[in-house]
Amino acid sequence: MNSMTSAVLDEGKVVLETRQLTKSFGGLVAVNSANYRFIERQAHAIIGPNGAGKSTFVNLLTGHFPPSSGEILFKGQRITDFPAHKVSRLGVGRSYQKTNVFPVFTCFENCRLAAQAQLPTSMRFLRPAAMYKEVNERADWALDLCGLKSRGDRVAGSMSYGEQRQLEIGMVLATGPEILVLDEPLAGMGKEESERMVGLLKDLARRFTLILIEHDMDAVFSIAEVLTVMVNGTVLESGPVETIRASKAVQDAYLGDGAEAY
Amino acid sequence: MSRLPRSLSILLSVAIILLGAYPLFGDVLFPNKHAFLMQKLTGIMIMAVMAMSLDLLVGVAGLVSMGHAAFFGLGGYMLAMLSPEYSAANLWVVLPAALVVVAIASAMVGYLSIRTSGIYFIMVTLAFGQMGFYFFNDSKLAGGSDGAYIMVKPAVEILGVSLLNLGDKRTLYYVGLGALVGVYLLLRVVLASPFGRVVSAIGVNENRVRGLGFDPVAYKLLAFTIGGTIAGLAGFLAAIQYGFVNPATLSWHHSGEALVMVILGGMGTLFGPAIGAFVFELAKMGFESVTEHWLLPMGAMIIGIVLLLPKGVGGLLLQLFSGRSKMEGGQ
Repeated sequence: MNSMTSAVLDEGKVVLETRQLTKSFGGLVAVNSANYRFIERQAHAIIGPNGAGKSTFVNLLTGHFPPSSGEILFKGQRITDFPAHKVSRLGVGRSYQKTNVFPVFTCFENCRLAAQAQLPTSMRFLRPAAMYKEVNERADWALDLCGLKSRGDRVAGSMSYGEQRQLEIGMVLATGPEILVLDEPLAGMGKEESERMVGLLKDLARRFTLILIEHDMDAVFSIAEVLTVMVNGTVLESGPVETIRASKAVQDAYLGDGAEAY
Repeated sequence: MSRLPRSLSILLSVAIILLGAYPLFGDVLFPNKHAFLMQKLTGIMIMAVMAMSLDLLVGVAGLVSMGHAAFFGLGGYMLAMLSPEYSAANLWVVLPAALVVVAIASAMVGYLSIRTSGIYFIMVTLAFGQMGFYFFNDSKLAGGSDGAYIMVKPAVEILGVSLLNLGDKRTLYYVGLGALVGVYLLLRVVLASPFGRVVSAIGVNENRVRGLGFDPVAYKLLAFTIGGTIAGLAGFLAAIQYGFVNPATLSWHHSGEALVMVILGGMGTLFGPAIGAFVFELAKMGFESVTEHWLLPMGAMIIGIVLLLPKGVGGLLLQLFSGRSKMEGGQ
């Protein structure tokens, strides 16, 4: 057990923290000694050019990859070596950059399966899953929140790309997370779909601790409170959105002359 | 697995009722071959149980096992080894004992193979299956390569009163039918449960299941064990029927046949592989009666079905009877 209690800073409680977190693939160091602190109920965005190590960082944070070295702490508890399913159970929900829903299930079934994570175990064999009231309610709630309430009976694979992206987030919500780690939720979306998603993300930012990986600068600036710029696996700069936006180093390295350049 | 279309449920129920009525009118329809056909159908229904158990692994959980017959064979061998030579074994003892042994064996094989996937899983299960084959083929445990006889069928008694005479062909037929219906309903219940939903999802996208907070290894292992144990039940019943077991029941040929039944019937549909067992065995019987080169037309038929019906007979039936295909005017 780590003896350090979770630090309470003036801006709030640290819910998730990485210390010297490093991941290398052979000779490539994808994430290099990353120190992050995610504050409860804060919307934290991580930006950076392609290959900066953002997705690897997400995979480390959510137990999909084991780190090469360093530590991950959830509310002060060391979870560095936890497998993905355990991290998810703790309350760190994660969405994927590539749409990753169950295309043969209906929208509702996708969310209901995710909501089963609320049960202490799904090793239950006789009562139909459809008859667990609390699971159904949780699935309905998640569908409603992600804006797909009217789509419950649709087979997920037959929905539009944007709707599948919404479902992706609905499934994460149904698992009952405290922290949402969203890996490029806007990737590949059209303008209208994007606007709807940004609205959803703003709503989520008010309810959850949000860790957002995103390329779309306008979206990031409108959603996030804290911004971290990642380049070549390391943190270039981190701070309140306005500070980072004005930072000379960041502008040179990543943003170019203005935000619209990206 | 979602609920079957109502009309398809009715059709399947009618098929079961006809199967149930067959011993009553078979005499009239096939006066010369009735006894033979009844035995044949008993064997097919037992193989249908085997095919459904394999479908749980292949079609639902996405675990393509090439060693499934090992558990079938082991179930039969347990009966042979536990039966006294000249008197009847007590079914209430030998059946649970056989199933427990098969369950332990499949849990062990599952534990060692489940962490691999794709082609490696096929190879590892094939290897374990062949280990089972050679274990019984080369050891003196139960007759080696000659196999072993079960001279006296197990007794089914409660307080000394005989309930069923398994030596009676018609009784055994109904036992086979009961196993077919019972295992089907049991698997439907299990697949609709939270456990079954997770296993089905693993078959679609294992990584996402992990991301949602479920440990796929535990669920796959349990599904593998359930499938293996049901195959053991089928093998146990087959051993009762034939009064004989031999190593071939464990071999990869037999695993392969079961896999063909699953594919012909439609992976993941559960009722499909049961139909696949009937299609496979009846076609084999038909071709065998016409030519000794029956494997040739058999192979052509399998290729034809796979080409024309990629989702098998079960997939075709689902498409024909689902409301959606009506709306879209499909097929």
